[in-house]
Amino acid sequence: MSVTTASAAAASLAQVVRRHGARSDALIEVLHQVQEIHGYLPPEALREVATLMRLPLSRVYGVASFYHLFRLEPPTDHRCAVCLGTACFVRGAAQLAQRLETRLGVDLDDAAGNGTWALQHVSCLGACGQAPVVVVDGVLLTKLPVDRREELESQLDAAGIPRPPTV
Amino acid sequence: MPVLQPETPSRQLRCCGASGCRSAGGEALLAALRTARDADAGAAAGLTIKPVGCLRLCGRGPLVACDGPEGTRLYGAVPPEHAADLLAAAREDGPDAGVARAALEPHRLDLDEPFFRLQRPVVLETCGQVDPESIDDAFAHGAYDQLRRVLAELTPKQVRDEVRRSGLRGRGGAGYPTGLKWDTVALQPPGPRTVVCNADEGDPGAFMDRSVLESDPHRLIEGMAIAAYAVGADHGYVYVRAEYPLAIERLRLALQQARRKGVLGRGIFDSEFSLAIEVRVGAGAYVCGEETALLLSIQGQRGMPRPRPPYPAQSGLWGAPTLINNVETFSAVPAILREGGDWYAAMGTEGSRGTKVFALSGAVRHTGLVEVPMGMPLRTVVEEMGGGVPDGSAVKAVQTGGPSGGCIPAEQLDTPVDYESLLSLGSMMGSGGMVVMGETTSMPVVARHFMRFSVNESCGKCVPCRAGTVQLAELLDRFVEHRAETADLERLEELCGMVRATSLCGLGQAAPNPVLSTLRWFRHEYEAALREPSHCEPPDSCTVGADGETRGYAP
Repeated sequence: MSVTTASAAAASLAQVVRRHGARSDALIEVLHQVQEIHGYLPPEALREVATLMRLPLSRVYGVASFYHLFRLEPPTDHRCAVCLGTACFVRGAAQLAQRLETRLGVDLDDAAGNGTWALQHVSCLGACGQAPVVVVDGVLLTKLPVDRREELESQLDAAGIPRPPTV
Repeated sequence: MPVLQPETPSRQLRCCGASGCRSAGGEALLAALRTARDADAGAAAGLTIKPVGCLRLCGRGPLVACDGPEGTRLYGAVPPEHAADLLAAAREDGPDAGVARAALEPHRLDLDEPFFRLQRPVVLETCGQVDPESIDDAFAHGAYDQLRRVLAELTPKQVRDEVRRSGLRGRGGAGYPTGLKWDTVALQPPGPRTVVCNADEGDPGAFMDRSVLESDPHRLIEGMAIAAYAVGADHGYVYVRAEYPLAIERLRLALQQARRKGVLGRGIFDSEFSLAIEVRVGAGAYVCGEETALLLSIQGQRGMPRPRPPYPAQSGLWGAPTLINNVETFSAVPAILREGGDWYAAMGTEGSRGTKVFALSGAVRHTGLVEVPMGMPLRTVVEEMGGGVPDGSAVKAVQTGGPSGGCIPAEQLDTPVDYESLLSLGSMMGSGGMVVMGETTSMPVVARHFMRFSVNESCGKCVPCRAGTVQLAELLDRFVEHRAETADLERLEELCGMVRATSLCGLGQAAPNPVLSTLRWFRHEYEAALREPSHCEPPDSCTVGADGETRGYAP
């Protein structure tokens, strides 16, 4: 991060905290907004939040590490999320997750992924009527044909998910 | 009033703009309709194109309802190319109406189908009718009329009496009598009170509350305001899960509009009553649906449950008496006050009054949202309304209550849907998710699926839940991978009992339910998964690991 963007980020962070009047009950909201700025919650930003909100760092880190949606490591360039909600599960989501793991050469829920892609699970996207669903870089793929291998692969191709290099 | 049919049918096209239809291309269709209208300004005059909330049959999205004096026609899975046809079909007198309607015929959905016909909309009465982003449209549909009347005519006690008379019970899952809870909060020693709406709908397969928030947020706000008046609160919070961005956006907009119109704020409707409501967004923790965890999360802390008593009704947010109800409970209140508690109590069964919204999904032909009177047999909901399993095979089980509930076997489908009946089957009402499972779904695999969920979501505060769910998941692995021993079956049951009896909060106490209910109704599947050949029913089902994949689910 260059000096100017770093100071700009620090300034906007201070702004975020000020907007909430440094009320300690706004911590989760503040962390959401910090994550929006950086894409994740870098350690220096957590320290900054603790100082500005006059909270122990342990409290800030404790909250940041408790909630699943807060990321403590920088995200990969591309991300894929597979819904493992019950409706998707009944329609073959676990098989789909395995297929994506193989295809991307990553482990499910390993934030580091393969360096470029990471695959995570989500518990329910609420798109149960379109099950099974996958989100690729923010785009929702619906009603994926888990049973029809060829069709599934070509839909995943179209969504920009790379095939393993050896195949 | 039949579902989805407006009282005053003016010529209009209602497009579902809730998440389900959006994910199926609803926005593109709405844009195409507007473009087509603008291109054909003269002919389309007098025709309203209105974005609305959930039109129920989410699996056939995007949905469009076409209203006219002759009634309502519903179309599903409409591609944007049909925009011009929809416009023409909506203009009854247009020259191309007949042609357009013929072109749309394959997309037509029959409103006389049981899925629609058997619904009894109360909470959802204006869902799909009203534009969720317009408070004026909400006013036109009667929003805030009851708040106005209550403030002018009723004492807080009269309001609570009416709610008690309705027999309404908490729709979040536990089913605590709402009127009793309101009384408990109201009768605490003098001092500040708070109302909290639990919109942290975390059960996978449940999307009722999201649909209410996305479709008719003013109904929730009105219900909360009436509750706040009834218990003497002047401050409220809605705690919404972060996974529902559209619901959050619409709720925030609705609150802003309500403040601007003076239905929230100081001296509402020229009364002494004041109320401020804030939105709090979660950050992905299922346990925050538990009320004491939710309260801590609102206060910016880790959402970890604490022992009760004291109950939040006695000591909640910042130590003040706090009323917590979920979205559906609050949203039932305006209709109860309008029609009277007795009217509401006349629907449903002795112990479970009124209606309940369910989200139907899984191996079922019609996926979507249904609101039905309590006491309707599960079979009617799943087979008649839901249309059964898509390939025509038999229903194997219905999962209710999410990770805290259980699987109800096909032979028990004639059970009426009410709190007590579902409990007696080893499941629970839960918040209303209903996932249908066909013959291809293996029950030990389902049990492990939920146990993994609980492992992931355990907050870690108490050992039985933190360590017990991990041990249970590992035991279930053995069954799924066909390497379990007879003793594992005993261990599984014993550990389930321990986790249930000794966990601190509802999440841990209910985590064994999916295992216990599948053990109760599908024990043979666990026995067939034992390693010892003598216990194997068909010899080939002992093949290690292969079973899961060949039947369409991964081990």
